[in-house]
Amino acid sequence: MSHAHVSFPSVSDEATAVRDFARQTMAVAEADIRKLIHDPVELGTRMIQPMLWLLIFGEVFTRARVVPTGGIRYLDFMTPGILAQSVLFGAIFYGISLIWERDLGIVHKFLVSPAARSALVLGRTISSAARSLCQMVFVYLLAVLLGVKLRWGPLEIAGVVCAVVLGSAVFSTFSLIAACIVKSRERFMGIGQVLTMPLFFASNAIYPISLMPVWLQGVSRVNPLTYQVDALRHLMIVGGGTTLGMGLDFGIMILALALMVGIATRLYPTIIS
Amino acid sequence: MAETKAGSLKQAQTGAAVAGPANAVETRGLTRRFGTLVAVDHLDIAFPHGSIFGLLGPNGAGKSTLIKMLTTLLAPSEGTAFVAGYDIVREPRQVRRKIGYVSQMLSADGDLTGYENLLISAKLYGISRAERKVRIERALEFMKLAHVKDKFVKHYSGGMIRRLEIAQSMLHHPAVLFLDEPTVGLDPFAKRAVWQDIRELRREYGTTILMTTHDMLEADELCETIAFMHQGTLAAIGSPAQLKAPLGPDATLNDTFIHYTGAGISEGGDLKDVARTRIISQRLG
Repeated sequence: MSHAHVSFPSVSDEATAVRDFARQTMAVAEADIRKLIHDPVELGTRMIQPMLWLLIFGEVFTRARVVPTGGIRYLDFMTPGILAQSVLFGAIFYGISLIWERDLGIVHKFLVSPAARSALVLGRTISSAARSLCQMVFVYLLAVLLGVKLRWGPLEIAGVVCAVVLGSAVFSTFSLIAACIVKSRERFMGIGQVLTMPLFFASNAIYPISLMPVWLQGVSRVNPLTYQVDALRHLMIVGGGTTLGMGLDFGIMILALALMVGIATRLYPTIIS
Repeated sequence: MAETKAGSLKQAQTGAAVAGPANAVETRGLTRRFGTLVAVDHLDIAFPHGSIFGLLGPNGAGKSTLIKMLTTLLAPSEGTAFVAGYDIVREPRQVRRKIGYVSQMLSADGDLTGYENLLISAKLYGISRAERKVRIERALEFMKLAHVKDKFVKHYSGGMIRRLEIAQSMLHHPAVLFLDEPTVGLDPFAKRAVWQDIRELRREYGTTILMTTHDMLEADELCETIAFMHQGTLAAIGSPAQLKAPLGPDATLNDTFIHYTGAGISEGGDLKDVARTRIISQRLG
């Protein structure tokens, strides 16, 4: 039959495939990042929430001294938690852009291109990560102004970058999955609101897990945010320490990301149906 | 009566087409169900290379569902199709390399410039850096958009957006270009400009163009072969002249459609279709 296309994969074919995959992934990310550069207002609005938390909540609880922090100032203790929170809140609503672009018809253009579905997902993950790095810079600036004792070693900073990128990737991909399931903006906003509160409060972001009742400790242990905050607290803050260990923290985040990307890749094409 | 006429005409056409070794598009028992609704019903249809085909029918006739299956956006419930020689079910990625698609909705990104839209498309199709520059410039010239390439697409007119979208879908020189209602919502002047571009594309690249429409004038002026779709099946296929022949020279395509299907072209569709068409028209301004 004339339709039988037999091909023999070779090394150069594989190299081409890898290059195409990288190019397509970056094309998806680039589209979004260019829009962000054209209109950076969204980034500005993302700065407000961490500022309020640190300036109001942080200042009050630093004076109250009710939360055991392992010997560091409460403001220092919560700063990594607030960085993680601002990344989480940015990433968890990321899926709405997919629904919006689906409604416009832009998603169809990506889906009929030869780009792999996983490249379409990863590209969006990367653009979300780029946003989160802007938030990281801002939280560092705030932390310096508030006199938080930060670690400035290049390895620590690199570690913080990795933890921020991974956290953003996990939650933005999770958000894409939610978008593919609920499919409408209204329902998505409802889901987003419902998800953020438990993710944030059932974590070690603003108080240690040891303060929680046992059942909530269990919940916090399956919450990727807990591992992100634990890594950030150790890498960002002088005397921050880690209760779970860097290996476990990064291991869990990478595992969660692989799982999320796998599921999102499956679901992505269903957004248009 | 209409049944037999439609049947014999369809037979003659598809029979001739299948005899050719490589059709641009060929469906085999292609079927799509949504619950109990059969949107496309065991469709066998073949389009040879190189012409402009129109799929005509009222809303709900199955045109868009057919296009979605042929562009791999929607999996068939049964049967399959070959597009540019590749099986849409077994080789969707190869199919996607060979096709261009402009959806009914607005696929150009309003928050990017025309140039950026083309750049992203070129990268998605894996066009190399050196080649990219040449092809984008050429596409901008071809579609007469060079002077607005650095403007945001949200400030474009409806006709300019459509031309940009067609340019985006042609950057990788696809063998088959699918256009879903390419001129819906455009004013008559912008429509004619888009028709002219479609003709030139075909002449320049030999692209097979398969478009859906429910605009009679568009089908009549632009398409060399028209397939009437009705309730998910093929009611008749032929050139506008062939299809009109039984009704005399003054027949409109609308009369012709009624002749073959017993239903008017503007019937059908539901609130959702109407709402969507209006929203698109509004956005195209």
